[in-house]
Amino acid sequence: MYFPISEEEKMIQMMVAQFADREVAPGAAARDESGEFPRELVAKMAQLGLCGMMVPPAYGGSGVGAVAYALAVMEVSRACASTAVTMCVTNLSCEPLLAFGTEEQKKRLLAPVASGKILGAFALTEPEAGSNLTEISCRAEKKGGRYLLRGTKVFITNGAYAGLTLVLARTGEGNRGLTAFAVEKGLPGFKVGREIHKMGLRASNTVEILLEDCEVPEANRLGGEGEGLRAVTNALYSGRIGIAAQATGLLQACLDEATKYARERRQFKRPLSGHQAIQWMIAEIATGLESARLLTLSAAALKQRGEPFAREASMAKLFASETLIRSAYQALQIHGGYGYTREFPIERIYRDARVTTIYEGTSEVQKMVIARETLRET
Amino acid sequence: MKIGVLMKQVPDTETKIRIKDDASGIVVDGIKWVMNPYDEYAVEEALRIKEKKAGSTVTIISMGPKRSVETIRTGLAMGADSGILIDDPALEGADCYATAKALAKVMEPENFDLILCGKQAIDDDSAQVPQMVAEFLGMPQAMVIDKLVVSDDGKKATCYRRIEGGAKEVLEVDLPAIVAAEKGLNEPRYASLPGIMKAKSKPFKEINLGALGLKAEEVGAKGAKLKVKKYFLPAEKAPGKIIPGEPEDAARALVKMLREEAKVV
Repeated sequence: MYFPISEEEKMIQMMVAQFADREVAPGAAARDESGEFPRELVAKMAQLGLCGMMVPPAYGGSGVGAVAYALAVMEVSRACASTAVTMCVTNLSCEPLLAFGTEEQKKRLLAPVASGKILGAFALTEPEAGSNLTEISCRAEKKGGRYLLRGTKVFITNGAYAGLTLVLARTGEGNRGLTAFAVEKGLPGFKVGREIHKMGLRASNTVEILLEDCEVPEANRLGGEGEGLRAVTNALYSGRIGIAAQATGLLQACLDEATKYARERRQFKRPLSGHQAIQWMIAEIATGLESARLLTLSAAALKQRGEPFAREASMAKLFASETLIRSAYQALQIHGGYGYTREFPIERIYRDARVTTIYEGTSEVQKMVIARETLRET
Repeated sequence: MKIGVLMKQVPDTETKIRIKDDASGIVVDGIKWVMNPYDEYAVEEALRIKEKKAGSTVTIISMGPKRSVETIRTGLAMGADSGILIDDPALEGADCYATAKALAKVMEPENFDLILCGKQAIDDDSAQVPQMVAEFLGMPQAMVIDKLVVSDDGKKATCYRRIEGGAKEVLEVDLPAIVAAEKGLNEPRYASLPGIMKAKSKPFKEINLGALGLKAEEVGAKGAKLKVKKYFLPAEKAPGKIIPGEPEDAARALVKMLREEAKVV
């Protein structure tokens, strides 16, 4: 593959790849089995500056671009997709704070997340509002110098461990009635509900968040009342680059596992890799990986250059995740019966892969975005 | 303290080595280049000493082709202060002797209090350069060290090494000295992202032979005392066999195979 990257980007990729091989990969299977959240691992990642990658150093971040971010997510995801999504979400939660926070908010609320002292979470989804954010019903009522937030958020990644959760709540009606709040852990009325038991990404934390007249100081409101949708929209587009990168990392894992097994396993007096039926599957996985990587890095490069990237981020996310589903199927197929057991990583990869066509916007939502942008432009 | 670290860029340990058709070397296309793992220990140890002794500096020195800059930058990203690369086409084909001579020459004017390096490079595994550098510089040497303690006044270093039977040998050397790191000396840090972003702005110089005051005949292929005749890969091993089942049954099966198939017991 040819995609020009800077010397720093290459160094970041190599460092994260080494970190992923030595620190992330070894415990991935055990964490999947136990469902234990890797607090120590996340602390190590924070030390390396992987939690607020795109935040300027002045606010505790690493000050790198979206390309380096995508490369880093790919490497972590290749080793453990659970750890990758944890990393993606805390990075993602920095974006609205950086874009809409006041100087005071950036210092007080953003810096602890960007420097990795605390984890960030992003609480948009509700039981009745998934793909359509305008159906959010969580209410924020102003009382004196504070807002009282009332409602339930579901599928909140990092929710139980986050020191800061961005919440989208309703201060008025319609699209312009949504407002974003930075809710610190420990504010009265902020409760972590039940943990969701998932098919994959079992070492990532996914919970319900219950807001029971949660008291949020006005100083924690991000932007003005009614600016909530605007505050989070760009972060949602960025989030798609993150998940495209996660899917690309998993594609790499599929290819690595499939080729390794195909070389080792012998049937009909030849290694599997000597059979054309297997070779064709390897070729398809490899081509899918190459394409997904290019689309993802291209979307990241657009974002880095300050150009519109919503359409490209959706394309990358759609393509990488859908290709991953097929590739994980093929990589497991190559493993035969062994692929269906917990003895081989491909079983976990197969389960982890499944959600990538769903979260951060389903494939269907991505197509909506791509069609809307394409029809507008042409 | 002024600390120098000798570093070599080597192929990643995962690299599948291929030999050139004329057997004169390995195919370098597509190789991922990394810092020699033993040199990582040396860089880390230098940084730890620097963190303890205020005002210390760490300089990374390497000899190799242009691409070695990337690996020097990794050292700078880890926290080293400056880097020097000896890069000259005439150095192609240098052996350990010639390499040590050039490295010693570049370090002479630096007046390092301590020189750290890996005990060997994992590409050619010669394990000769550190000793030769020490000879050229007239310094004491402590090789294959897995614990290093520099005295408070910075005048002496106590070096520990494992020897036969699990025993330890303790050496004391006057500084300046050259100390070569063994695995276990420390756990090297990763370069942090902010460290990586700062690396490019740190002082780095590239030196050719002319600037060093050396002639190609002294340090290149012509100055080498050793000539490589050819490279070849070891014969491919037959795949191993895994005996499944409970340990008791597997052991029984193994003995049976050793007796009946391999006929060795």
